[in-house]
Amino acid sequence: MSDRPSPSTAIAPEVPAKPSVAYRRGLREAFGAPSLVLFASYLGFGALVRDSDLHILHGFFSTATGWALPGQIVLVELYAAGAPLLAIVAAVALTNARLLPMTVALLPLVRSPRWPRWLYYLAAHWIAVTGWAAALKACPSLPRDERLPYFLGFSTTLWTATFAATGFGFWLAGSMPPLVSLGLVFLNPLYFMLIFAGDVPTRLRLYALVLGALAGPAFHLLDPDYGLLLAGLVAGTSAFLLGGGHRASPGAAA
Amino acid sequence: MTSDFFASDFWLPIGVMLVGAAVTYAWRGLGVALSGRLDTNSPLFVWVSCVAYALLAALIARMIVLPFGLLAETETLDRILAAVLALAVFFAARRNILLGALAGSGSLMLLVWLRALA
Repeated sequence: MSDRPSPSTAIAPEVPAKPSVAYRRGLREAFGAPSLVLFASYLGFGALVRDSDLHILHGFFSTATGWALPGQIVLVELYAAGAPLLAIVAAVALTNARLLPMTVALLPLVRSPRWPRWLYYLAAHWIAVTGWAAALKACPSLPRDERLPYFLGFSTTLWTATFAATGFGFWLAGSMPPLVSLGLVFLNPLYFMLIFAGDVPTRLRLYALVLGALAGPAFHLLDPDYGLLLAGLVAGTSAFLLGGGHRASPGAAA
Repeated sequence: MTSDFFASDFWLPIGVMLVGAAVTYAWRGLGVALSGRLDTNSPLFVWVSCVAYALLAALIARMIVLPFGLLAETETLDRILAAVLALAVFFAARRNILLGALAGSGSLMLLVWLRALA
């Protein structure tokens, strides 16, 4: 693929594509509900980092490099509990495995001959559910050359908001009465519980959620180090078999 | 920075986070590489999705029922009541995550405060 605009788009574009305008539009449109909800959930993450006796820089480092809240929470919780590296990394990898099909779904939408291949590999780092869902919704109505800039603009706002929230949550948890820290840390499980509750579940997902919720505390009591990983594997595989996932047709995907 | 900047307490979590970031990025990078050549509805992906859902559900349940840190000092009943209230407000407010989460956190704070008074 060429990293330059083809002559036809450079000379006589049907619809003038303006990547910088699209980038700024993405920046703007991420303000409001998407970044507000994400801000609140990262406030909770910042408080969790403090409650786990970690440094504020750990919070920033996690948000910068992990950039998907479920995996970040799994890592901090397991690290604080003293789980071995193998258990932590395997649980993070399984939690974040959904990023692969998400990336596969988004890529054909944002591809354009104008961008070099490495840019997709760079942009992929910002694929996480909020920006991804927004891009899936907005891209079909945008000219091809504007889609990737729009996604990057949207993600820039989200990323900035989550940095601010990580720091602010950490600070609040250290300077407010313990009661407030308590409320902030409790946002972490609440946020994901509500996301799952609001999702219209497929049969497989419903089985996975119910079995996972039952297995979580039980397996933790059996083995605090590998309990979470085992709970995910056992409950997830049971849901898969129970729901007939092994006979999956494209329409039955979880 | 203070001297703990150089301590293993600082670098150990950074190292763990780096490995975590590497496996996380691997999924994204692989997604770019395999895009267009992969059926994400295959049984393998359905299974992976089931495991990811179950793992997160397990974590949420464990954080509510058997939490670490500050939350461990609160009553289990209070946390469960607060979680149920968060769900009720969430659905009453047309699936508003922000309102639901605030109601849940707020009610846990209120319950803990009331117990301290009693």
